Amino acid sequence: MNSTSKKFAGALTALALAAGAAGPVAAQDDTFKIGVITFLSGQAAESFGVPAWNGGKVLVDMLNEGGKLPAPYDQKGFGGMNIEVVLVDEAGGATKQVQEFRNLVQREEVDAVVGYVSSGDCLAVPPVADELKAFTILYDCGTPRVFEDNTFEYVFRTAAHATMDNVSLARYLKSRDVAIESFAGLNQDYAWGQDSWADFTGAMAQLYPDAVVKTALFPKFGAGQYGTEISALLRERPTLVHSSNWGGDLQGFVIQATARGLHERSQIVLSAGDHVIPQLQQKMPEGIYLGARGVNGLAAKARGGELQELTDTLWDAYEAEFGVFPVQAPFRMWQALLGLKTAVEKAMAENGGKKPTNEELAAAMKGLSWDAPSGRIEMALADGHQAIQPNAIGTTKWNAEKGAMELIDIEYFDSRCVNPPAGVKSADWIAQGFPGAQCD
Amino acid sequence: MRTNLMLSAVGAFVLLAAGAVLLPDWAMFLCAMALAKGLVSLGIVGMMRGGLVSFGQGLYYCLGAYTATLVAGQLGVSDIFLLTLLSAGVCLVVGALFGPLLAGYRGIFFAMLSLALSMVLYGTLAKLTVLGGTDGLNIGAPTFFGWDPEGRALQTALYLYVAVLVVVAGTLMRIYFDSEQGLITLATRDNELRVEYLGASVRTVMSYNYVFGAVLGGIGGTIAALALGHVDPEFAFWTTSGEFVFVAILAGYLSVPAVFVAAIILEMVRSFSNLYFPNTWQLALGIFLLIVIVVLPNGLGSLVRRRKGDAT
Repeated sequence: MNSTSKKFAGALTALALAAGAAGPVAAQDDTFKIGVITFLSGQAAESFGVPAWNGGKVLVDMLNEGGKLPAPYDQKGFGGMNIEVVLVDEAGGATKQVQEFRNLVQREEVDAVVGYVSSGDCLAVPPVADELKAFTILYDCGTPRVFEDNTFEYVFRTAAHATMDNVSLARYLKSRDVAIESFAGLNQDYAWGQDSWADFTGAMAQLYPDAVVKTALFPKFGAGQYGTEISALLRERPTLVHSSNWGGDLQGFVIQATARGLHERSQIVLSAGDHVIPQLQQKMPEGIYLGARGVNGLAAKARGGELQELTDTLWDAYEAEFGVFPVQAPFRMWQALLGLKTAVEKAMAENGGKKPTNEELAAAMKGLSWDAPSGRIEMALADGHQAIQPNAIGTTKWNAEKGAMELIDIEYFDSRCVNPPAGVKSADWIAQGFPGAQCD
Repeated sequence: MRTNLMLSAVGAFVLLAAGAVLLPDWAMFLCAMALAKGLVSLGIVGMMRGGLVSFGQGLYYCLGAYTATLVAGQLGVSDIFLLTLLSAGVCLVVGALFGPLLAGYRGIFFAMLSLALSMVLYGTLAKLTVLGGTDGLNIGAPTFFGWDPEGRALQTALYLYVAVLVVVAGTLMRIYFDSEQGLITLATRDNELRVEYLGASVRTVMSYNYVFGAVLGGIGGTIAALALGHVDPEFAFWTTSGEFVFVAILAGYLSVPAVFVAAIILEMVRSFSNLYFPNTWQLALGIFLLIVIVVLPNGLGSLVRRRKGDAT
C-alpha cells in the first residue's frame, strides 16, 4: 500500500512540476492576444468552424500588416498592437470547452476570447467568463437563451441571435405574396432545429394565420439519410417545406429531395442555407428561398452601397487564398473581430493609449455599433451585450454563363424589423405579433 | 494492513491538499475535474475486477449532474454537501433498481445493456426542451455550509472537497476490494462457475459492485456539474461513458490511486495536445492511448504491482 501511495505521490509531484514549468507566456504590451475557439473537427468544422477561421486568419493578417482595409479599419492591428492568436478546437462538448476556456484565460493569459458556434458552449462558457472577469465575444451561436435567461458583465455576442433567421423567412414570403395553404418542416432533432421550427411556426402563425401545419419532422442530428422523411413530405403535399438543417445534413436533404422532385411540388425554404452553395453548386435547385443568418455571403456581395469596398477587400482576399467565396461563417468572424478592434481602439482613446483592461474593454463594447461586411452591427439588446444586425433572404438561380449559383430577388431586412426590441424575449415577441418592429 | 491503508490515505490527502497551494488556477480546475471523473472510473474499476465493463456510467454521471442542477435551480439549494448527498441518493436508488437486473449479464451483453440505459437518458434529456434540450442547463456556484466563496477561494474549496471525497471513496473502495465480497469479485474474474460452486452468489456481488459504481458516478457527476456550472445531455452520451472506461483501462484494476493518476494524465494530455496541435489533437491523444495500451496492457496500476512482485 505504501509503495502505491509513494508512486501516487511521485506522479502528482511530477504533474505539479510540469504544470509549473509550462507557465503562461504573458502577452507583451505591443501585442493583443486573442483566444479563438471554433470547430476544427467534427460536423460543424466544414460548414462553420474552418471557413470562419479561414476568414479570421485573412483578416488578422491584413490587420497586422496595416493599411489594407478601408477606414475606419486602416490602423495596424488593434490600436497599433500586433494581434496574436491562440487557436483551439471547439469539438468535444461543453465540459471540455469550459476547461479550455479556463486554460486560455489562466494559462495562456489571452486578452480576449472570441469563439463558440455551438449553443451549448455559449450557455456554458459565459458564467465562467464572468467568474474570471475575462472579456469574451460569442461570435456565432444562435440561441436567444444566452442573454434572455441571464445577464453577464464581460460577455458579448456580436451576431444577432437566431430569431431573425426564421422571422425574415416568413416576412419574405409575405412581402412576395406567396400563397401558402400549408407547410411542413424538416429540422435536426436538437436545440437548434427545435428552436428554429418553433420560431418559424410562430412567425407563420402571425403572418399566415390560415396556413395549416402539415407535419413536423425531426430526423436525428447527423442522420444524412432522409428517404422516409422525403416520402412523408411528398405524400403530405405541403405548399412549403421549411428546414434549418446545416452542413452535411442540409446537403444530404437537398440532394435527396431534389432527386425525388420535392422542390417541384413544394416551395423549399432554408433558414441558414447559403453555406452549402459552394459545395452543391448546380445541385442546389433553382427557386429555393434561403437565408444566411445575416447579410452574409452572396447577399452581402450583391448589396452594394457604402460597405462595398470593405466587403470586396475581404471577399477578394478570401477567394484568392482559399479558392472559394466566403459564406456566412467568415462574415460572422469578421464582424466579431472588427467589433473587437473598434472596442479596443475606443477603450485606448479613453485610457490614453494603454492596452485596455477587461473592464475597460467591456465598458467600450457595451452598446457599441460598427460597420462590418454584413452591415451595421449594433449592440442593442441585453443592456448592450447582444447585437442586432440586418438580414437578407434571396432566391437561388443558376447562372449558366458564369457557372455559378446566384441569389436573385434578394430582400434586405432592417435590424429592427426582424429582431425583437430591447427587453422583450424573442419567443414572446413573435407570439405577440412583433410589437415595435420597424420595417420600411 | 489497516494502519498502512490509513497512513496511505492521510498521505494521499496531504499530497492532494498541497496541490491547493501549489497548483495554478487552471491546473487546479483541471485536477478537480479529473478527480471527479476519476471517481466515476473508480466505479468501473470495481466492476472490472469482476470482469465486467460498464459502457454506461454516463447514466449516473448525468443523473447526478442533473439532480444537482435541478435541485439547485428549482429548490434553490446550493449547499454542496446536500447536493452531493441528494445526487448520490438518487443514483443509489436507480442503481439498486437496475443493478440486480444487469448483474445477470456478462461481457458484451452487460456492456451493451448499461450503454443502452445511459443512451435512453440521453435521448430523453435531448428531447425535453423544458430542461434545455441538447443545450442543457446552468447551475450556480456551490456554497459550503453557508460559506459563499468566489474566485480562487471557490476553486480551492471545490478542489479540496473533491480531494476529500476522492480519499474517502478511495479508502472505502480499497477496504471493500480487500473484503470477502471484494475478493469474491476478483475470483469471479478467474472462474465464475467455481465461485458459485463454493457457495457465493456472483449475482449479489455484481449487484453490489454496480450500485457502488452508480453512487460514485452520481457523486462524480455532481462535482463536475458544480465545477463547470453547466450540464447537458452529453454527460450521458456514449463518448463520455467511453472516456470513463478508458481511464479505468489506463489505470488497470490493481490499484486505486492509479485511477486518479490516470484521470489526471488523460486530462493533461488532452488539454496540452488541444493547445499545441489544434488541428490534430485527436490524433495526438489517440497515439498516446495506443502507446499506453501497448506498453502497459494491465494499466498504470501494474507498474506498482510488478515491482512489489505480488499478484493480488
